Amino acid sequence: MTALVTFKDVHKSYGTLPVLKGVSLTVPEGRVVALIGRSGSGKSTALRCINGLETIQSGTLEVCGRKLHEANCDLRHLRMEVGIVFQSYNLFPHLTVEQNVTLAPRLTGKASQAEAHEIARKVLEQVGLAEKAKAYPEQLSGGQQQRVAIARSLAMQPRVILFDEVTSALDPELTAEVLKTIEQLAQSGMTMVLVTHEMSFARRVADEIIFMHQGVVWETGDGSMFDNPQTPELRQFVGSGL
Amino acid sequence: MSYQFDFSFLYDYWPDLLAGMRLTIGLSVLSILFGFIFGSACAIARVHGGKTLRTIVGCYVDLVRNTPLVVQAFWLFFGMASMGLKIGAFWAAIITLVINVGAYTTEIIRAGLESIPRGQKEAADCLALRRWQVILYIELPQAVERVYPALVSQFILMMLATSIMSQISVEELTGAAYGIQSMTFRGFEVYVVVAVIYLVLSWLTRTMFEVIARIAFTRRRLRTPL
Amino acid sequence: MTFAGLTPNQLLFILQGAGWTVILSLLGFVGGSVIGLPAAVGRISKNRLLRFGIAGYINLIQGIPLPIIMFLCYFGMSIAGFSVPALVAAAVAMTAYCSAYLAEIWRGALMSVPKAQWEAAECLALKPFQRLTHVILPQAVRISIAPTVGFLVQIVKNSSYAVVIGFAELTYTARLLNNSTFRPFVIFSIAALLYFAICYPLSLYSRRLERRLKRG
Repeated sequence: MTALVTFKDVHKSYGTLPVLKGVSLTVPEGRVVALIGRSGSGKSTALRCINGLETIQSGTLEVCGRKLHEANCDLRHLRMEVGIVFQSYNLFPHLTVEQNVTLAPRLTGKASQAEAHEIARKVLEQVGLAEKAKAYPEQLSGGQQQRVAIARSLAMQPRVILFDEVTSALDPELTAEVLKTIEQLAQSGMTMVLVTHEMSFARRVADEIIFMHQGVVWETGDGSMFDNPQTPELRQFVGSGL
Repeated sequence: MSYQFDFSFLYDYWPDLLAGMRLTIGLSVLSILFGFIFGSACAIARVHGGKTLRTIVGCYVDLVRNTPLVVQAFWLFFGMASMGLKIGAFWAAIITLVINVGAYTTEIIRAGLESIPRGQKEAADCLALRRWQVILYIELPQAVERVYPALVSQFILMMLATSIMSQISVEELTGAAYGIQSMTFRGFEVYVVVAVIYLVLSWLTRTMFEVIARIAFTRRRLRTPL
Repeated sequence: MTFAGLTPNQLLFILQGAGWTVILSLLGFVGGSVIGLPAAVGRISKNRLLRFGIAGYINLIQGIPLPIIMFLCYFGMSIAGFSVPALVAAAVAMTAYCSAYLAEIWRGALMSVPKAQWEAAECLALKPFQRLTHVILPQAVRISIAPTVGFLVQIVKNSSYAVVIGFAELTYTARLLNNSTFRPFVIFSIAALLYFAICYPLSLYSRRLERRLKRG
């Protein structure tokens, strides 16, 4: 099993404030990895490093065979293989759902007009929103918008998708529908990295859970690590209900 | 007061007014169209360009916005002529108007570009779009939609400002009116009629841009705020 | 002695024109304020007829090019039996023009005073006029200074439209001078420079005020 994402002793700081203090982790192909931890633990920053939204200062980071620690790394081609879904959806408000989904495949030359249309139909069906193709983002609920954002990512046929706290802005009932979509995606064998606050969801869906604390990987395990935390920090984190 | 109003000149000179009106519309349409394209390009340069380019555009905008259109027209028209370049009054007028409206458009669209949430650019970047694709497909359309009312006001001012081009012998509506006035000595009546025509043109311009908005900004039909 | 090929007399002539530009602009601003302020207040009054009447006036002025307004004042006053110098016609036209735009700017400022302030003033048992002068206007003035200064730039620039009725402001004198010297680049560059020297400081000041207001 090949690793799609490999962090080796990655450091990053904002100005004088260190955020990642030697992170090492791997994400094998076909696996679902959840990053958990308090806010400020570096989990979101680590995620954003994976598709080059943040640059690292030392260590090595390889994603889909590309070396992100090297200055001349081609981010555009990297991003054809790494999708991301944001907390705030970031759909393009001036485009319909279908246009949102087909924009990137068309403009990057991955698909012709007709192919893009076919892709849109497929991925929108996958997230259960085929009937909303002609709608504008603001006509949809938050949960539906987030599912469109997932579809937009899928349309690029990425090798790995990153999820950055994608349900944090949603009401509980809307959260459920988005989580269901992600779960189905996990079952289809998509490689995924998720930063999440939904512990029970992480436990159910993730093959591996990584607990980050103070900028390093503190504890790693599968779902059972919540029942039997090895470190006082994780025990406290689990106990706090977060 | 013994003055007798007399609008009978309209009968004889209507073709002159019509020809003037045609020129006014021609000047307006061309200068708005090219001014918009030029202004958009400058706004993009002002926001995304390198330091030199940003400074050049900034100087252009400040220079144009702090001097009158008439002086710009005189400078270009008489200046060109003095150098032996005969580009004709009509094209001198078009060039002046494009340069002028371009500067105002630059500022308006720049404000629009700067108001777009960072997440929009980030999302577009993450979809592997090229930089110019992000600008052309994501930033510019949203910027124009956000500042559309200000743009329309500016374009209507531009249409009205074409009236000054009679000063460089472009026989648009105001120029035509001046000609009629000097032949009939019915200055007041002529300008009342021309004022009404301009009012109608203003209204038509506004209506036209509303129609364009309805076609271009589909989601406006949803009547939801931006 | 010459400067850029112009004699001192010619330079003085053009500077005089600049002086008239400033005077005409001031007349337009003062006249425009005298009409524009009551118009702004009337525009938000409870009287529908007054509101629509003023809106009609504003739309009328804003829908006609300023050169045409200049002509209308010039010819209108002469057929009314007044033989007036071009300055008066230009000043009246500028007054009409400025009043419409200032009314809109100041209406915007009045309306951006929070509604709670209006209600609070009402609760204090102040008379409508007192409410306006003691509570609302002081706040509205603060909001309106930046756009008003910005509009001064428009006034100075647009005073150049008085060229159409032959009033000897900066643009007209420049044009006359060009007719006799045929040095358009030099003369209109000087004219542009003089306009810029008047307008640019106002633009900068307006921008600074705007930034200061945004910071609160």
